[in-house]
Amino acid sequence: MLLEIDDVSLLYGRIQALHGISLTVDEGEVVALIGANGAGKSTTMRAISGIRPVAAGRIRFQGEDITKLRADLRVRRGLCQAPEGRGIFPGMTVLENLDMGAYTRRDRAGIAQDLNRVLDLFPRLAERRKQHGGTLSGGEQQMLAVGRALMSRPKLLLLDEPSMGLAPMLIQQIFSIITEINEQGTTILLVEQNAQQALARAHRAYVLETGRIVKSGTGAELLHDPAVKEAYLGVA
Amino acid sequence: MTTVLERVRSGREAAGERWRGAPRWVRWALLAAVIVFFYALPNREFYQYLGPIPTPGANFTQVMFTVSIYVLLAVGLNIVVGFAGLLDLGYFGFFAVGAYTVAVLTSPSSDVKTLWPWLLAVPVAIGLTMVSGVMLGTPTLRLRGDYLALVTLGFAEMIRIAAVSSEFLKGQRGFNQIPHPPGQYADGKPVFGVLDARPYYWLVLTLIILVVIGVRNLTHSRVGRAWISIREDEDAAQLMGVPTFKFKLWAFAAGAAIAGLAGALFAGKQNFVNSQNFELLNSIIILAAVIFGGSGNIVGAIVGGGLVAYMIERFRGIELFGVELYEYRFLFFGLVLVVMMIFRPEGLIPNRRRAAEFKDRRKEVTVGE
Ligand SMILES: Nc1ncnc2c1ncn2[C@@H]1O[C@H](COP(=O)(O)OP(=O)(O)O)[C@@H](O)[C@H]1O
Ligand SMILES: [Mg+2]
Repeated sequence: MLLEIDDVSLLYGRIQALHGISLTVDEGEVVALIGANGAGKSTTMRAISGIRPVAAGRIRFQGEDITKLRADLRVRRGLCQAPEGRGIFPGMTVLENLDMGAYTRRDRAGIAQDLNRVLDLFPRLAERRKQHGGTLSGGEQQMLAVGRALMSRPKLLLLDEPSMGLAPMLIQQIFSIITEINEQGTTILLVEQNAQQALARAHRAYVLETGRIVKSGTGAELLHDPAVKEAYLGVA
Repeated sequence: MTTVLERVRSGREAAGERWRGAPRWVRWALLAAVIVFFYALPNREFYQYLGPIPTPGANFTQVMFTVSIYVLLAVGLNIVVGFAGLLDLGYFGFFAVGAYTVAVLTSPSSDVKTLWPWLLAVPVAIGLTMVSGVMLGTPTLRLRGDYLALVTLGFAEMIRIAAVSSEFLKGQRGFNQIPHPPGQYADGKPVFGVLDARPYYWLVLTLIILVVIGVRNLTHSRVGRAWISIREDEDAAQLMGVPTFKFKLWAFAAGAAIAGLAGALFAGKQNFVNSQNFELLNSIIILAAVIFGGSGNIVGAIVGGGLVAYMIERFRGIELFGVELYEYRFLFFGLVLVVMMIFRPEGLIPNRRRAAEFKDRRKEVTVGE
């Protein structure tokens, strides 16, 4: 198992956002985490990437217990998250943003190689390499957030709602890039409200409701599950 | 109104473009001219030709020394506020720690009676301010939110109260006969005397240049990138592998050290330090100066610190309707700041990065593009 989360709970002050969730991600997979607004999807991501401490439970990455490990050290272990809401650096140019993605790395040749790869994946970013992140359009910022995370050459890429706020055509584009990244060998944990697309692309998926995992299965299974259909796919 | 503003703004942007587009030698020559100008400035033979620039109500050379101390402080605070994005409301507290450390270690009125020479006390003063910065920062910089603003405000006030009421720090009576910096002319006269403020000003100016070179190198390194990323989005910085706490603490400690240096220089010049030198308002003035100049930009901080300190002194001795303008200096600053925040929130000379941060479009929802 690449990532194992075992019975993790997380508190924001007195509010409990996660109630003992468990999930796993295997090498090479795309795993989706779907759920309504406020279900705790982003919170799960924060627990995994380490920017919020967990109250109980264990997180294991490549067999190593990282529950108490600092967030920046988790990046060095190969865990990188593209934050929710296009958390790019607005005052840095596209290239500087991508460079920040490689902050933990020293291998210049490898960084240059990955930069070319990212610019190939996102030609729009290549065209705007000198433009400040804050002045990009929403879709471009989303691509930048994903590209920046890739620059750390992660073993596990965490994507928090990469399609949020985008036009349908761009959503399509983002999802096909996600598949492409996975096919190039990166394992992906994907958080989405756009359940249809996420389930169609994922090998396996989990359904999160008010801080609890209520269902899991392969993407195809959940896509045809009547309860999931009703709650998340907008079909009765 | 807006069109005029737009035009002014685009005019400034064009000026910025011209500066960046100018050949290297032109920029170096201009920079050299500016530096020479400021070294020459406190000489009467020079400033008497500068029309309204010399201050009517105060000795201009003394004023320039005060201005230089403020510039040094602004450069230091700019690391904390401008680069790392930490709101420090008690920066002057570190200045006080620096000045009092020198006073306690060198003055004959001090209880410890060490009577050190000034130069020996300076590194101790810098070290101690840094340590107090680390002690203040360690518990607070881990927390999110505005704790740092509150804690720093409390710290500065605590130092002030200690200065006023503790027996050890001598309150109003203060410390006298603090020794000057070392150095003699060939004829045996000391370089740093009582009457002539110029050598002190030149010393501070030289230190400003050195500090600015150091800070510039730092900002162009991995450290600088880490600071900027923290300022722009702390969570994202952490998610990219930046040890945010460590870098925030460094920025805070580096800023504190510069304030400690400024305090030590002030004590060495003044010869006398007492509790009246450290009003809370000073912290706010320096913060205002950094924001006014364009926080995040070294040149902005220098211009902001210099202009603000100079203007305060310039108001001395000018009467309007029978009141000295100096009395209204803070009202005036309040007004300037409010106007500034409305029309140019990124400061007088913002850096381009900062301007882009203000134009951030991340919160927009994109439906069709
Ligand atoms: N910083 C925070 N402080 C307090 N409560 C929070 C915070 N972030 C999220 N929450 C709460 O935790 C719950 C889960 O939020 P989140 O993980 O963001 O949901 P999702 O990403 O699934 O929309 C929500 O009830 C939300 O209000
Ligand atoms: Mg979310």
